[in-house]
Amino acid sequence: MTDEKRGCQCDCKKQDFTELAPVMEKYAKTPGSLITILQKAQEIYGYLSMDAINYISEQTGIKPAKIYGVATFYSQFRLKPIGKYLIMLCKGTACHVNGADMIEEAICEELGIKDGETTEDGLFTLNNVACLGCCSLAPVMMIKSESGEETYGNLTKDSVKKALAEIRQREGQEVKAG
Amino acid sequence: MKVVVGQGSCGVATGAKKTAAEFEKQIRAKGLNIPVDLTGCIGTCYLEPIVDVYDDNGGLTRYVKVLPEKVADIVEKHLVGGEVAKEHEISETDRAFIEKQKRIVLRNCGIINPENIEDYIKTGGYEAVKKAVTSMTPDEVIEEIKISGLRGRGGAGFPTWFKWNAAKQSPGKEKYMVCNADEGDPGAFMDRSVLEGDPHSLIEGMIIGGYAIGAAEGIIYVRAEYPLAISRLEIAISQAREKGFLGNNLFGTGFSFDIRIKAGAGAFVCGEETALIASLEGERGMPRLKPPFPAQKGYWQKPTNINNVETFANVPWIIANGGAAFAAYGTEKSKGTKVFALAGKIKKGGLIEVPMGLPLRDVIYEIGDGIKGDKQFKAVQMGGPSGGCIPASLIDTPVDYENITKTGAIVGSGGMIVMDETTCMVDMARYFLDFTRKESCGKCNYCRVGTKRMLEILERITVGEGRDGDIELLEELAQKIKDGSMCGLGQTAPNPVLTTIKYFRNEYEDHIYKKKCTAHSCRELLTFTITDKCTGCTLCSRKCPVGAIKGELKKQHSIDQSICIKCGKCEETCKFRAIERD
Repeated sequence: MTDEKRGCQCDCKKQDFTELAPVMEKYAKTPGSLITILQKAQEIYGYLSMDAINYISEQTGIKPAKIYGVATFYSQFRLKPIGKYLIMLCKGTACHVNGADMIEEAICEELGIKDGETTEDGLFTLNNVACLGCCSLAPVMMIKSESGEETYGNLTKDSVKKALAEIRQREGQEVKAG
Repeated sequence: MKVVVGQGSCGVATGAKKTAAEFEKQIRAKGLNIPVDLTGCIGTCYLEPIVDVYDDNGGLTRYVKVLPEKVADIVEKHLVGGEVAKEHEISETDRAFIEKQKRIVLRNCGIINPENIEDYIKTGGYEAVKKAVTSMTPDEVIEEIKISGLRGRGGAGFPTWFKWNAAKQSPGKEKYMVCNADEGDPGAFMDRSVLEGDPHSLIEGMIIGGYAIGAAEGIIYVRAEYPLAISRLEIAISQAREKGFLGNNLFGTGFSFDIRIKAGAGAFVCGEETALIASLEGERGMPRLKPPFPAQKGYWQKPTNINNVETFANVPWIIANGGAAFAAYGTEKSKGTKVFALAGKIKKGGLIEVPMGLPLRDVIYEIGDGIKGDKQFKAVQMGGPSGGCIPASLIDTPVDYENITKTGAIVGSGGMIVMDETTCMVDMARYFLDFTRKESCGKCNYCRVGTKRMLEILERITVGEGRDGDIELLEELAQKIKDGSMCGLGQTAPNPVLTTIKYFRNEYEDHIYKKKCTAHSCRELLTFTITDKCTGCTLCSRKCPVGAIKGELKKQHSIDQSICIKCGKCEETCKFRAIERD
């Protein structure tokens, strides 16, 4: 196992980048493709690990510090793994006026996590986003998972809790009491 | 006969996919041979899911709020029986919502199937580009746009022909036509609707623009938060290529043009042209000084023209119908129509397109049908984080670039967030500053640090820790941020604060001096009390997380204000509306 370790001192294992290789082949030498590469990498692995950043650096010749700079500039990129379901809670103006803060409270109560955090069971991550563009259905959230995106509109504290509970149930896990 | 189900993002969010599947199932079960098609958003988002039934003679019946359980009834009555299922049909007043508009940009949205190029061609699609490329010189195209008076619909309202002309005049063989589809203003969604509902009108507009400035490549920079828009654009681009509208030697004229999509990664500042170009080049989206303007040195230092989605979607219509026909709508300096996204505390929210110059009153009361729950109209926010709040007293302001700018707000991309008496204006200012503070790229000190300081002051005021002199401090900081910032983000970031101080200074003063929020919205300034409507059911006292509510069973309860954390749980749980906030 030790030869699987890379330069870092922690116990992490080397990530396997075979899936990313074709992307690199296509884009590594095309100038201006860094954001596209990062998007593809995040699509495959769910987030951008330091390993992934180093790998992209090796392949493109762009310094890791610069890649890190780009990755942290844009709200889309994550440097930590996310849960199976990504809750994108809209914090646009219309949603704000129609009580998005209350919806956030309900999600936090239901899942015990705050914006940017993931539940212990790895099922949900909550991300506040700027605007989903469904303003006349405010407040709105989008839940993203492997099976695609689903948008929920005209949310109330109850309906958001119900939606989360349904996913929990589907996943065969016990709904948290309370 | 044909059944068409509206499937823009908003339709899908209300369950349109389930409705469409149910139609297919029921039609199969009845042994009928009627196709179920899809379309984009017609704009009446509050009526989704919307289903159109086209009879063989072209007659249209529109059904609204068609949840799956209503499908069987419509299939039985209309598709089998040939009679309109009146109880599900759109009402006269809702029909008026659409008929009071003049739809140029949205001409096909909610009517054609965006995933089928034939539908677009049937409406005269790609005729305009053919006309431009085969019978007009680039200068003639630019002249036609000049006659139309079209101004950039993305926010600044800069004349489109002027930008095109500058890019055309700029020396160099390699030029780029870029579409800004990074609709960043939280509260505006017209670009999404066009991308999802009529992507070919954007593509056609871009080809015409490319021809005018002499570009061979177009790039659409689209928000990653709009997955449906991206997928429909991809379909549209590949269909346009197949049909020979994109690619080499278009219409046999030797003019070549192709388009690719670049997904943005989420940064409001990328709406600024030079930041967008930096982002296209794979960099952090940070603006740079102008000049040189993108028309001289843009993408990879080559002449580049950037317009937004709505601007491009107007172009084919203008070329097909002539610039003068477009200029016949609107006011002296603001020509044509504009799409507005009506949202917030409005009864009928959605997308509307009206001639420029229509009074705000007509938009809010005639088309939007007034305020939700018939509460009192307080203000409308226009222009998003760069704009401002227009108070009820200015409701007769005509909606055009000049008049809206006079109020301190801007037309911007056309988001209109309606607010009622329960919306706190100080909190709105805080909300926008929180947004711009997060979205500031950090290059200019005043924008980076100044917005943070303003936010801190506003946060203090909304939690009841406002101090004498705060309003003046905000005004001073606002001016310094405007003066000390390089790009539009910083220069306009203080606008929401300045307009709310200008029109709602009393609310700021109430917060600071009386520690009161007149809209009863700022939680820390509320006092919850229990009125005599209380039946003593004890529910609230059991739900109270800090045990602040005392009282005997079947007797009026009371709240110990020294313990109360103002969480509002009691108000939520009370079934007798006995909890009052002040």
